[in-house]
Amino acid sequence: MYYIDPHIHMVSRTTDDYETLAKMGCVAMSEPAFWAGYDRGSVEGFRDYFEQLTAFEPKRASDYGIQHFTWLCINAKEAENVELSREVIAMIPEFLDRPGVLGIGEIGLNKNTRNESIVFLEHLDLAMKTGEQILIHTPHLEDKFQGTRMILDMLTNDSRIDRSRVLVDHVEEHTVELVLNEGFWAGMTLYPVSKCTPARAVDMIEMYGAERLLVNSAGDWGPSKPTAVPDFILEMRRRGHTEQAIRRVVYDNPIKFFSQSRGFVFDPPEVRS
Amino acid sequence: MSTELSSHEILDREFLPVRAKILEIAASLDRMQRAPDDVAGDPRLQQLHTAINKLLAEDSDRAEQIQLLFSRPYQQQWRDALDITR
Repeated sequence: MYYIDPHIHMVSRTTDDYETLAKMGCVAMSEPAFWAGYDRGSVEGFRDYFEQLTAFEPKRASDYGIQHFTWLCINAKEAENVELSREVIAMIPEFLDRPGVLGIGEIGLNKNTRNESIVFLEHLDLAMKTGEQILIHTPHLEDKFQGTRMILDMLTNDSRIDRSRVLVDHVEEHTVELVLNEGFWAGMTLYPVSKCTPARAVDMIEMYGAERLLVNSAGDWGPSKPTAVPDFILEMRRRGHTEQAIRRVVYDNPIKFFSQSRGFVFDPPEVRS
Repeated sequence: MSTELSSHEILDREFLPVRAKILEIAASLDRMQRAPDDVAGDPRLQQLHTAINKLLAEDSDRAEQIQLLFSRPYQQQWRDALDITR
């Protein structure tokens, strides 16, 4: 089955991973900007990173028949440096019209601080000014519930935001309904220890339906599995769900969400020459 | 999209994996018990005990309840506390 991984950090994966993902049916992916594992020291560090996201990774992916899309921002971990964050936010528009750029992300909160909130709101301002879609990171573990509620407060307080163009990612059992009920898209991240397992993700699909729900691997430099979406597909099959139902979650839904972005020019594998 | 399997089919499928997970938890708690120092007063251990007790409830939202147990509380007035005006 063809599938799309809507959130995967390929800068931290090997070229062998691209090959493996292609063999498992991955035909497209989107890569949000995130933390490098260390705090970058200057806006130039981000400019180089955005160059990698918009030029090098699409080329590496295309060698295996995978279309690579991306999102740009300064992530919540580095948002404690408000001055640097503002420099990065001012520089992002240089890249927004590059092919494959889907919008602003993954912005959000990490430890739910004042500075993170300020930078999150300023990213929202940028997205509204430039007409971009938004991809949002919600915090980890004990901070997730509080941070997700804070993020929803800020989003729903902003009348400029079209909720159908916002994806709130890393939802789990205690946050998924909050996000869906407010009209946003929700993403479930399949991680070995934190976040969600394939079985629990299928549970949530069975409880809440497939409308506005996505699954992703987030595969990054930490303990993670880039082939987690195929694990989800297998779990759906083992529970007796139809191929059509599975395809809706892993293929049709990402296309529906991404299609709202001017940077999403998708070449479906069925019609590729 | 509802569950396609019956309760019996799910139990057939999940019995051994759940048994294995319970054994892992039991062995982890035993390991702590055997170790030389004492964590009985550690709030994290109390949280784990509370979570284990929640598993025995008959509700259908145990996963959500366990998630909330391990979550920091949300304060509706967080903007005032952080001096955020939007």
